[in-house]
Amino acid sequence: MSNKDYTRREFIRKFSVTALAGLSLPVLSSCSKEEVEDFLQKHFREMTEEEKKQVIAKLEQRYFEQYGRKFQISTQEALPETLWGYGLELSRCIGCRKCVYACANENNTSRYTRQLHWIRVLRLKRGNLINLEDSEHYYAPETVPEKGFVYLPVQCQQCQNPPCVKVCPIHATWQEPDGIVAVDYNWCIGCRYCIAACPYKGRVFNWAEPNIPKDQVNPNVHYLGNRPRMKCAVEKCTFCIQRVRQGRYPACVEACPTGSRKFGNLLDPKSEIRYIIERKRVFRLREELNTESKFYYFFES
Amino acid sequence: MELKFIKMQRTIHALAIILLILSAFSSLALGAGQEFPVPPPPFTEGIFPCSQCHASMETNWKKRELKDEHTKIRMHHAETMRWCLDCHDVKNRDKLRLYNGELINFTESHRLCGECHGNLYRDWRAGIHGKRTGYFMGTGKRTYLLCAHCHDPHEPKFKRVIPEPPPFRPMDRQNVK
Repeated sequence: MSNKDYTRREFIRKFSVTALAGLSLPVLSSCSKEEVEDFLQKHFREMTEEEKKQVIAKLEQRYFEQYGRKFQISTQEALPETLWGYGLELSRCIGCRKCVYACANENNTSRYTRQLHWIRVLRLKRGNLINLEDSEHYYAPETVPEKGFVYLPVQCQQCQNPPCVKVCPIHATWQEPDGIVAVDYNWCIGCRYCIAACPYKGRVFNWAEPNIPKDQVNPNVHYLGNRPRMKCAVEKCTFCIQRVRQGRYPACVEACPTGSRKFGNLLDPKSEIRYIIERKRVFRLREELNTESKFYYFFES
Repeated sequence: MELKFIKMQRTIHALAIILLILSAFSSLALGAGQEFPVPPPPFTEGIFPCSQCHASMETNWKKRELKDEHTKIRMHHAETMRWCLDCHDVKNRDKLRLYNGELINFTESHRLCGECHGNLYRDWRAGIHGKRTGYFMGTGKRTYLLCAHCHDPHEPKFKRVIPEPPPFRPMDRQNVK
């Protein structure tokens, strides 16, 4: 034979490379150019400043076409010397769900055909606070607060030891230096391992393209926070990353009519959250799971 | 040489003492003069200044049911022991009156509330009781609210409110295509 040097190993290598190229070409060519770009986009944390700018420009253009509004997409980094913590006073929460809808408006979550909420207000019988499995979050009385019940709003607890980050097979979710657990929606493949791992039910999944009425879209967004998501992306509370990195209170804190919600920097001894931890009776939800959550529930005392 | 050293030590001591005294004063001043810029108090429209009616009226000290004016005020705030003139000043109707006789503006009414509700006042000053909006750090503006913005001072207990609708259930019409 003339090509005697053509070994079996070489043949397999060449064959598999050609086969892979041949298989992936029709897959990629069946998508539009934009989808291909999205698919091949780099991980947010690995992008250079230049690449980030390009992606932002592309996204702003796309959102303008989709929602008819000029979007401001921020990629602001974490502030130095910050670790965000949240406080919620259970003796004052009346279960009115104002926070739930303020959050939806601020964070561009889907409104219908899969309504997604980042906050879930649980109603529990008074004196039954530890039995979370007996809770109800579809309660609909005429007026609140009801006698004999307490309300426990639950959202992402921004764990310092987050189980959702550990299980992500592709590092699409990670912890920022200021303690916020962020998601790269483009990198997420929608396997939903993180949803299964979260003991607080803090994450929600876009089963379909999200539906946000054009007049209700919030155009001030952060890349890792409230920018409109796509189908098959997992999302969750980010402590309003777009607000708190500018020193502004999260939307739920501003919406609460009873002032039960508190926010601050855990590293600043003069902050509101440190005042609460030092002087109030504080507990964290499911502390026994060693998640080290930064969401402190407290009581008047 | 040694003399010079001792002199230097003395000046350092003196400086340290002066600094200590200064810092003590400044912290005191900060504590006392902490200001809470608040939005205008929630008056019923056209009711302020109170003196435009009350200046020409005679003072009636008797505790009674108000029939001509202020009929909407329901007094449910330790009503067995309290009457209008315990908080509102008699001579200057546009002011509130503290225990020690000091007259304060309505924009400072938190000081009056704090005279009884000391523990809540302490939390309010720290930003724990009540609500803050705007910016919590940096140069942005932060808005404080008076006690009276949330609580009716004459009837401070909250009324029950209508809750927002519950989330759709997984198989609700609005959730399924």
